[in-house]
Amino acid sequence: MINFSYTVFIVLIPLIFFVLLGFFGNKFKPLVSGIIGTSGLFISFLLSCYTAYQYFFVVPKIAGAFPKLIAYNTVWLRFTDTLHIDLGVLLDPISVMMLIVITTVSFMVHLYSIGYMKGEKGYERFFSFLSLFTFSMLGLVIATNIFQMYIFWELVGVSSYLLIGFYYEKDSAVAASKKAFIVTRFADLGFLIGILILSITTKTFDFISLTDPKGPALQQGSSILFLGLSTMTWSMIFVFMGGAGKSAMFPLHIWLPDAMEGPTPVSALIHAATMVVAGVYLVARMFPIFVISAPAALTVVAYVGAFTSLFAAVIACTQYDIKRVLAYSTMSQIGYMMLALGVSGYGGHEGLGYMASMFHLFTHAFFKALLFLCAGAIIHAVHTNYMTEMGGLRKHLPITHLTFLIACFAIAGIPPFAGFFSKDEILAAAFENNKLLWAVEYAVAGITAFYMFRLYYRIFWGKEQHYSHPPHEAPLVMTIPLMLLAVGAILAGLVPFQNLVTSDSLPFENHIELGIAIPSILIALLGIGIATIFYRKETNLPQKITRTLGSFYTAAYHKFYFDELYLFITKKILFDRVSTPVAWFDRHIVDGMMNGVSYVTNSVSGRIKGFQSGQLQQYAWVFVSGAIALALAFIYLWTL
Amino acid sequence: MLIMRHELLLVIITVILLLVEIFLPDNRKHTIILPSILLFFIVTVLGFIPGPTGELFGGMYATTPLILTMKNILNLGVLIIFIQSVNWLKKIENKGKIGEYYLILLSTLIGMDYMISSGDFLMFYLGLELATIPLATLAAWERFKEKSAEAGVKLIFTSALSSGILLYGISMIYGTTGSVYFREVMGAFNATPLQVLAFIFFFAGMAFKIAIVPFHLWIADVYEGSPINITSYLSVISKGAAVFILMIILYTVFYKIALLWRDVLYVTSILTMTIGNLFAIRQRNIKRFLAFSSIAQAGFILLGLIGQSQLGMTTVIYFVLVYIFSNLGAFGVAGIISNVTGKESIDDYDGLYRTNPLLSLTMMLALFSLAGIPPVAGFFGKFFLFTAAAQKGLYLLVIIGVLNTIISLYYYLLVVKAMFLNTSDQPIAYFRSDAYSRIGLLMCVAGIVIIGFASPVYEFILSLSHGLY
Repeated sequence: MINFSYTVFIVLIPLIFFVLLGFFGNKFKPLVSGIIGTSGLFISFLLSCYTAYQYFFVVPKIAGAFPKLIAYNTVWLRFTDTLHIDLGVLLDPISVMMLIVITTVSFMVHLYSIGYMKGEKGYERFFSFLSLFTFSMLGLVIATNIFQMYIFWELVGVSSYLLIGFYYEKDSAVAASKKAFIVTRFADLGFLIGILILSITTKTFDFISLTDPKGPALQQGSSILFLGLSTMTWSMIFVFMGGAGKSAMFPLHIWLPDAMEGPTPVSALIHAATMVVAGVYLVARMFPIFVISAPAALTVVAYVGAFTSLFAAVIACTQYDIKRVLAYSTMSQIGYMMLALGVSGYGGHEGLGYMASMFHLFTHAFFKALLFLCAGAIIHAVHTNYMTEMGGLRKHLPITHLTFLIACFAIAGIPPFAGFFSKDEILAAAFENNKLLWAVEYAVAGITAFYMFRLYYRIFWGKEQHYSHPPHEAPLVMTIPLMLLAVGAILAGLVPFQNLVTSDSLPFENHIELGIAIPSILIALLGIGIATIFYRKETNLPQKITRTLGSFYTAAYHKFYFDELYLFITKKILFDRVSTPVAWFDRHIVDGMMNGVSYVTNSVSGRIKGFQSGQLQQYAWVFVSGAIALALAFIYLWTL
Repeated sequence: MLIMRHELLLVIITVILLLVEIFLPDNRKHTIILPSILLFFIVTVLGFIPGPTGELFGGMYATTPLILTMKNILNLGVLIIFIQSVNWLKKIENKGKIGEYYLILLSTLIGMDYMISSGDFLMFYLGLELATIPLATLAAWERFKEKSAEAGVKLIFTSALSSGILLYGISMIYGTTGSVYFREVMGAFNATPLQVLAFIFFFAGMAFKIAIVPFHLWIADVYEGSPINITSYLSVISKGAAVFILMIILYTVFYKIALLWRDVLYVTSILTMTIGNLFAIRQRNIKRFLAFSSIAQAGFILLGLIGQSQLGMTTVIYFVLVYIFSNLGAFGVAGIISNVTGKESIDDYDGLYRTNPLLSLTMMLALFSLAGIPPVAGFFGKFFLFTAAAQKGLYLLVIIGVLNTIISLYYYLLVVKAMFLNTSDQPIAYFRSDAYSRIGLLMCVAGIVIIGFASPVYEFILSLSHGLY
């Protein structure tokens, strides 16, 4: 047996560097703290690669399947012998894969940030927060039990809050960070309720016993019904609510576009590659429970994912802020992953959707992080977020241009780029299980290609704008991560996921089905073609289309008025109708009672001061009479 | 020999220090400070080395791994106090008395160790007296100050009274069972009226040491009059040792009348928590304030003792450990400020954060731990105490305990508010504390933080308490 206990350090190193930079960061020169943080992540990255190599290629399989290993475990809080909360490291295919994804992207983002954040105030604070985030995210994926996951889940929320609000002097950043925190926190309430129901029903927190398809946890407990659904189904729906919050699924998506107020590397790390896929990871982690005990909840996952992917793709076509386009595109792609999980079965080829979802998570991390980092390089060069103020940048930013194009091909699903392979599997899984959802996703694939190339042409082609100073390519420390990620965006699709990450950890036979692949390539090409006609050269075609679509376009441009709807619900209904009366009750009735209590306490305290007279005789008297009184009372009580 | 190594090591260094102290010329007395601390540090470290356990002298002396841990906890606390008191000892008026300080403290510690390890009531009583009588001389340390002299006199008189009652109780135990050995008393002890009386008298004697209402009245004057380092010794080490031996005796010797003493503890616990809190609210002197808050803390300890189980035992020891670090942290800061500026009123702490941020943060952490605010150690201490009591179904008691926690939160936060929010025309000016004080406080902070986050400490105590209960 190979000893995996070193994997603890993958998680601990970022924590150590967070503490180091957090406390002593201001003692170093800014650049030094950046390099320190980056090198720490590099060690974690190397360790993760080594772990993955050992896990996938060295550890002997058990009956052909990858084993679930507890690499490290410690009891953190023991209430009773049966009820205790552990902290540990669980290694299985998805957690090892996530280790790779997180440390790779995080390392790239660290490296990139050395250049991007140059000269910013709070440079070392930025790097310490990045380390904190990486620590939380790694702790989340290696969690051995649902409670540990919840702890790190919240830590992820906090570090995301800190990073979105990094420019805390900017009002919009502060508002965005609060919005992100409150919305995800609200969703986490559902997660917590789900955890409680689940653990009451199954009597365990532990993932291994929870997700063992033949284990007692899944074989019993589904019999109790509430509103027509079993408790397991309810708990999984609530758990999914938490996942939907973090993964910005409709209707809890409203925080993600605003979160783009954070520094762009943060968007790349948190809001593209890692944190937002936590929800997908959560569903994948609990997948056997969903499939076996709560299929209804899985259907919810599928439809929410499909709807979000369509909804977000439509909005992405209308936005002008390039980071917001990418944010909606992220939502849309995560919708894909959720959908794939939702239509998946368990075991063998049935579990194609599961494999496809994880595969897409993997490839998406590369090309979406690449897109965001490119966007960062562009913003760095032209100092604006709006594509209306860009154009003709391909000559000025050659490396960014090329890598951005690669990422666009990848996300549009053009072979041989990475996105093609994973998206193809998702479409195949949907086609086999639910034709309606397949049709939706097929359309979304076309829309995706369209809006990505709209973005591409408006940035890099079209008329050149009058920039205040000539745009220039980013420094090498920023372009190297771009190039490395571009390599990932090309090659990640070649990883044989059906042999590595599957629903039951057993490899299965899988081929690319031309019947699915060719139509999806065609619709992607169609989307690219339309975008080329519209945006390659200045034309008035887009305006014409906009005008014909009329109010639908306006609605999409305003993100279907969801922000306004939430504001109406919170401000007009919650604050005015509910909070105001409650506040009155609190101020007058509750506070009044409390004031009464404190008044009584205070006056009693004043009365009994006399006991403490300083007279030794009196002390002795109280002592002796106290002892005698106690004795008499208990002799009387006891010998009655 | 190794079975008794804690006590023997202490005796050895006490003798060494005594000889050195005698032969040192008067103007070089202060050089004894560092060697004393180092010697005691070595003793503390040696105490942690696992060794044999068992009985000596036909059962008069007994030790188990759990008892060793208790002694180690006390050693740690005394080490911190030694380090914290250096600055105070170096003051000009203490010149020539430095050696005595260490000798007296060490001899009381020896007494406590024997008391915890006792296997019969005679040994127990000897240890108790050895641990108490020298303390009176320490309380009267600044004997030319009226308050200090008063503290010494009050301590010796009240402790004589309590010893008398305790001895009376023990004599009745002997009279009704025919033995003073714990093992033999255990089997023969029932709840005849005379034995109930004997138990209550014994309990009153212990209650005096732990400062349980209504046997607590001495505490305010003695705590206020004594030098601050002595006060912290009284409120932390002396109290902790008494809690340990009370727990051992209740759980073993008096296990047959558990239903009786649970009721006694129930009543006194509520009284102690509530009255301690009510008094603490009014105090403006930081020493008196900490004294009364420590009475309330004793009430919480009693609450844990009632949850008579392995869990209850573990939680009490854990709580005392946390309490030692938190209280020493608070006393440490108060001591430094009192030494440098002579100020001991809470009103003087107004605006302290602006002038001395590190001291204020340390004080805040210690007070948070005493109040039981997560995630510092005190929270887990209280949380486990309440869990242990709730497991016995004592929900009413737990509710009263939680209410008292809220009251205590109020007055702890008053101090925090004074330091952080209040402003003052003449705040305590910035000063740099010396290395010893810093090390002492650092140990407390580390204890509060580490014990809170790291479960191995708790797990370790839990694994040991299998043995005794």
